[in-house]
Amino acid sequence: MPDSLPTDSVGLVSPQTIHFDTPIELACGQSLDSYDLVVETYGTLNAEASNAVLICHALSGHHHAAGYHSYDDKKPGWWDSCIGPGKPIDTNRFFVVCLNNLGGCHGSSGPSSINPSTGKLYGPDFPVITVADWVKSQARLADRLGIQQWAAVVGGSLGGMQALQWSLDYPDRLRHAVIVASTPRLTAQNIAFNEVARQAITSDTDFHDGRYDEESTLPRRGLMLARMVGHITYLSDAAMGEKFGRELREEAFKFGYDAEFQVESYLRYQGERFSESFDANTYLLMTRALDYFDPAYEFGGDLSKALAPAQCEYLVLSFSTDWRFSPARSEEMVNAMISARKKVSYAEIDAPWGHDAFLIPTPRYTNAFTAYMDRVAREVGA
Amino acid sequence: MRADLEIIQQWVEPGHHVLDLGCGDGTLLHYLQQERNATGFGLEINPDHITTCMGKGVSVIEQNLDTQGLDNFGDGMFDIVLMTQALQAVRRPDKVIDEMLRLGREGIVTFPNFAHWRLRWGLALSGRMPESDALPYKWYNTPNIRLCTFKDFEALCRQKGIKIKSRRVVDGQHQNSWLARAWPNLLGEIAIYRITREHT
Repeated sequence: MPDSLPTDSVGLVSPQTIHFDTPIELACGQSLDSYDLVVETYGTLNAEASNAVLICHALSGHHHAAGYHSYDDKKPGWWDSCIGPGKPIDTNRFFVVCLNNLGGCHGSSGPSSINPSTGKLYGPDFPVITVADWVKSQARLADRLGIQQWAAVVGGSLGGMQALQWSLDYPDRLRHAVIVASTPRLTAQNIAFNEVARQAITSDTDFHDGRYDEESTLPRRGLMLARMVGHITYLSDAAMGEKFGRELREEAFKFGYDAEFQVESYLRYQGERFSESFDANTYLLMTRALDYFDPAYEFGGDLSKALAPAQCEYLVLSFSTDWRFSPARSEEMVNAMISARKKVSYAEIDAPWGHDAFLIPTPRYTNAFTAYMDRVAREVGA
Repeated sequence: MRADLEIIQQWVEPGHHVLDLGCGDGTLLHYLQQERNATGFGLEINPDHITTCMGKGVSVIEQNLDTQGLDNFGDGMFDIVLMTQALQAVRRPDKVIDEMLRLGREGIVTFPNFAHWRLRWGLALSGRMPESDALPYKWYNTPNIRLCTFKDFEALCRQKGIKIKSRRVVDGQHQNSWLARAWPNLLGEIAIYRITREHT
C-alpha cells in the first residue's frame, strides 16, 4: 500500500449522494418522482460561486473523475490526467463537480437502483434517458449546489454532447462549453456499432428481457461482447498495431479458435472485467442516449439554427486518429458555430490513440486545454 | 505595436466582424477585440500559435487554407478579412484574394516586396537568391513560395477588377518612411493594401 499519493492529484476523495424529490419530466414522456445523483467535487467554490466547472462523463464513465477513494486504489479517477492541481482543469482555481448521470450504474438512480414506488429494482422499466434529460438533472444539481452559472461545462465524447446541449438549453448558465472528441450527431456507422452491442446483450440467454436480477443471473457474455465491439471503436488501427501487432500468446499457431493473438486475449479480458462491473440495462440506455442525440433535428438538420440561443464560448478539440467521432464531425459542429456567429476555438490534436486520446495527456492537448482553462479562470476571477 | 498593425487597426471600425487568415499568436485580433470591440476568428495552423490564441481569448480555428480552403465560411459574413504576411505562403494567392472578398466587404493584405532595392541588389550582385529581414529563409526551405512585387500585386488587382482603397508602405522595421512612400516598389519592404470589390 502506497503511503502517499501523487502531488498533482486531488488526493483522497469521497462521493456523496444527493436526493431530489421534485419530479423530473423526461423526453420520453415519463417522469421520475424522485431520484438520487452521486456526485464528487474537487477544489473550493469561491464566494461568488463563479469558479464552478461541471464535468460530464461518457458512455461508461461515472462521478469518480479524479483522485483516489483509498490508498489501495490501483488507479485514480477516469479523467485524472486533466483534473487536479496544476492540470488543465486546475483544482487550485476551480470548483469541479462530476456526477454519475441518471440511468447510470454507479449509485445514481438507474436500472440497477430501487424503484421507490415498487421497492424493487427498476431493471428494464427505468425510462430511456436522453442527453437533454441529463442536462436538466444537472441544472437541478447546480441549483442545489448554489451554482447559478458554470465557468465551464466540460466533456469528452458523450460528455461533449452534454456540454453542447447545456449551451442550447440553459444559455445563460454557462460561460464556456468545452467539447472534446465529440459529435453533433451519430452517423449511421456509429448507430450500427451501438446496435451490434445491444444485440449482443439482448440476445444473451441470461438477459431475460432485462430482468436478469430477478433470475439471479447476469448477461455477462452479451455485455462482454458489447464492450469488445465498443473497445475496438475507441482505438485506432495504429494504436492496436503498436500495442499488440500480430503478437501471439505462445510461439506457434495452435490451429484452433481459442485466443491465440494477444489482441484477442486483451479484448476478452477487457470485456470480462467490464461485464462484472457494469450494468447491462445501463449499457443499453447509454447507447440509446447516444443514438438519439441530435440537437439539429428539430431545425431541419440545420445545427447553426439550433445554436441560435447559445451565449457561451466554445472550445472544440478533436484527435487526428479518432474514427469513432472523427475530426470531420467536430468540424461540422465548429462550422455551424461559425455560421451562427458564436465564439469558438478549434484544434485538431495529432495523437495516435484514436477516440481514447481524449483521456491521454499529450503535450499539445494538455497545453491547449490548459491555456484555454487558464483564460477561463482569469475571466471568472479564479 | 508593430507599425503595420497600427495602420491596420485604424481601418477597423468598432464592432466589426473580422476574419484573420494566418492570425499567428493572435496579437492583432486581441488588440482589435480590446480596442475596437471587434469580433471574429483567426485561422492558424501552427500549434503553438493556436495555444497562445486560446490563452488570450482570441477565437482561433485550426484550418489550412491550402488544403481546406474557406468553403466553411459564408458569403459576406465578415466586414473585414485580413491576411498579414501570409499571402506569399499560400499556393494560390489569386484564389485566396477572391475568397477574401467573397467573405468580407473589404480585404487587408500585407506582404513583403520582392522588388525592394536590397533584394534586387543582392540578386544582381551575388547571383544568389536574396535574403533579408523580411525574407530570412533559404530558397529550399522557405515557406514563401509565391513572392511578388507591389507592381505584380497591383496588376493582379487590376486584372480582377479589384479596387485598391489605400496602400501604405513601410520599411523592414515597419516604419512608415517618406522614402518608401516616394519610391514604393524600390524602397518599400512591406506593403499594406486595403482592397474591395465595392466600387463607390
